[in-house]
Amino acid sequence: MMQAVIQATMDFLKLYWAPLLCGLVIVAVLPLIVGYIVLVERKLMADMQARLGPMRVGPHGLLQPIADAVKLLIKEDIIPDNADKLVFWLAPVLSVGAALLSIAGLAIGPAFQIAKDINIGILFVVGVSAMGIFGIVLGGWASNSHYSLMGSLRSSAQLVSYETAAGMALVSGLLLTGTLNIKAIVEAQYNEGIWFVMLAPVAFFIYLVASIAETNRAPFDLPEAESELVAGYMTEFSGFRWSLYFLAEYTNMIVVSSVATTLFLGGWLRPFARVHFFNFLDYVPPLLMIGVAGYCLLRTPKQPSRVQQLFMLAVAGLCLALALVLLAPVALPIAKPLYAGIHGGFWFIFKVSAYIYFFMWLRFTIPRYRFDQLMRLGWQFLIPLSIVNVLVVGVALIVGSYFNLHGWSMLLVTTPAAIIALVVALMILAAGQQSSAGKENAPASDFYAG
Amino acid sequence: MEAERETTLSSEATTENKTLLGADELIINMGPQHPSTHGVLRVKLKLDGERVIGSECIIGYLHRGVEKIGENRTYQQFAPYVDRMDYVAAVSNGLGYCEAIEKLLVVEAPPRARVIRTILTELQRIASHLLWLGTHALDIGALTPLFYCMREREEILKIFEKYCGARLTTHAFRIGGLQYEAYDTLEKDVERFCKDFESRVAEYETLLTQNRIWIGRTKGVGILTAEDAIAFGVTGPVLRASGVKWDLRKAAPYAAYDQYKFEIPVGTTGDTYDRYLVRMEEMRQSRLICLQAIENIPAGPILAKVGKVLKPPPGEVYHAIEAPKGELGYYVVSDGTVQPYRVRIRPPSFINLQAFDRMVRGHLVADVVAIIGTIDIVLGEVDR
Repeated sequence: MMQAVIQATMDFLKLYWAPLLCGLVIVAVLPLIVGYIVLVERKLMADMQARLGPMRVGPHGLLQPIADAVKLLIKEDIIPDNADKLVFWLAPVLSVGAALLSIAGLAIGPAFQIAKDINIGILFVVGVSAMGIFGIVLGGWASNSHYSLMGSLRSSAQLVSYETAAGMALVSGLLLTGTLNIKAIVEAQYNEGIWFVMLAPVAFFIYLVASIAETNRAPFDLPEAESELVAGYMTEFSGFRWSLYFLAEYTNMIVVSSVATTLFLGGWLRPFARVHFFNFLDYVPPLLMIGVAGYCLLRTPKQPSRVQQLFMLAVAGLCLALALVLLAPVALPIAKPLYAGIHGGFWFIFKVSAYIYFFMWLRFTIPRYRFDQLMRLGWQFLIPLSIVNVLVVGVALIVGSYFNLHGWSMLLVTTPAAIIALVVALMILAAGQQSSAGKENAPASDFYAG
Repeated sequence: MEAERETTLSSEATTENKTLLGADELIINMGPQHPSTHGVLRVKLKLDGERVIGSECIIGYLHRGVEKIGENRTYQQFAPYVDRMDYVAAVSNGLGYCEAIEKLLVVEAPPRARVIRTILTELQRIASHLLWLGTHALDIGALTPLFYCMREREEILKIFEKYCGARLTTHAFRIGGLQYEAYDTLEKDVERFCKDFESRVAEYETLLTQNRIWIGRTKGVGILTAEDAIAFGVTGPVLRASGVKWDLRKAAPYAAYDQYKFEIPVGTTGDTYDRYLVRMEEMRQSRLICLQAIENIPAGPILAKVGKVLKPPPGEVYHAIEAPKGELGYYVVSDGTVQPYRVRIRPPSFINLQAFDRMVRGHLVADVVAIIGTIDIVLGEVDR
């Protein structure tokens, strides 16, 4: 009797409380992570622009995100007089809610996943994160301002167009696995011994471009183009509401990077996970951490004040502790079972960071597209390319299974397929340009029609 | 007045261009507080979706009555005021004013003063173009060039600071010559800057010139034909990009420009990309002028004999120089007293801005900021 009660309670807790707790952790921790992503972005931007970036709050500006968060929280909350108050209130919540919800479907390593057994994992993530568009459109509309309205119109057209291309790119990636379950996708890459970015490079490229456009990042940041629309759909938002939009944008970046990592970059797998010759790569994560710690120790005497020196020492200690944690599963036989969880988490976060780094790098390097150019790129190049790619990847898979190809030998059929897809898409693009060259002076088509 | 303007604008737009879908036009107010109207320019845009079907520039938010102030100051007292017009090219403003008054007084600055004036003015042209390049690229969405441009501009401002103590509104020249003797290492500083600068311009070009997005955003945008440019009275790089080879440094040489060899870059189509290329080449040519000038700075006095109280004979004079933004003219009338009777200034930014509507019609909102950037206006000069 007693046992049954305990069993029932445990089941209840497992079913309802564990996910709730994970959800709370996400809501509590993610803003902090996003804050530090912003700090990293500002530091990277400063590095590329020959300046220092934030340096005042904390050593090397390390406390800047917290200061910013406090500032945003205590700012006056302004709702414009003629705004639709309910929608104005709802829109940022919708955006950030969708973004945070989609995190639930992701898996950071085999051990950390909130929604464990969703068999439609990728579909759930993509679908829920696409809901965030409503927040942008409604927010721009509810502000009752021209700039906001134009920003939200741009974003609805842009996101719908690029969602199509991204979806088709995902389809050609999913053809390789035959499943939508996130764990199964990564396991498929483990079994094949090759990441899908090699087998479907064109799909990865399309997803890369489309994901930048979906997250409103430069060079596709037209909905919030500062120099044109002031701040686009966010123009009338201030303080906490504005920071919710901000949170949603950066969370979306994490989401799209995670999807790309899972599907194309081998998820939490180490490079060459099945090749024993490359086992020494397991020592790379702890060595990297030791390297960072060593750098911090080296810089400690150069810090101007005692507090900053202590801070540097603390960072170094943290890195050393992380190095020990990463080293344990490799060196100690007892900790072997933890290997997949710890190293999987490291590699996943590493790949996601690399993907986000690429986003930032692009932002500081190239100018912004104009709206018609953006639409032309989407509809005349990316969407035809993605459709052709799905077809040729399918054909390549059939040919590959006919010759019983697996792993690296699949490249024999997928590489020609990628080349064919690119050539066909470029021909479509050229044909489209030729036909539109004749009517250069005709009134332009309605871009918002999408 | 405002309502009247509104009606003329709307009736003109509706009769000439119908919106594509028959929908209502959208009137958007860009500025005076807007991130990319370069100060306090206010542009009223009439839009069909994102397409511009009419525009009106509303200026005057920075009007300080510089010309009127000129009538109430002595000739020397007014000289610092002109620095505050085009505040990113103060040295050029000062040169124009000083030379105009010298013409009125019928004196000539000594050769040494003229050469040093040329060096400083050409450095100022580079600094002004650098600021233009940075902000123009920022408007189009390239964040990084701005900081590189600021880095080089800083070197020039340091030279100014060493020469006269001020960085921005320098008041570097004096009527009849120079305020200060050149400091000892001026030639060395200029030479070092010029040496570094060649590779730096190449660096900007690698970021932008061949960039497909940059070309897409600037080519064919804001075309101004040569006829239109002349009809509007447009001058400077905007005129030259339209294919008119007109530069006062060659057409009516002043300072020491007749001694140096340099090319006048011209464009072909008069679009934003051409204006970009022309200004980039102008920076290179300015660098060449500086290099030629520092090679041989004549010795001698730096100030002609002008006396402490300036009382030009009654009469009038118009003197124009090629400022970084175009023809900067001073029309000064003297009635024989210590104060000018009238100072009329022909500011290049103001007159170049008049072509804005012609350039912007039919383009998209994103092109509006590109075109504001490419005209290279400084509102202090537009409004005076």
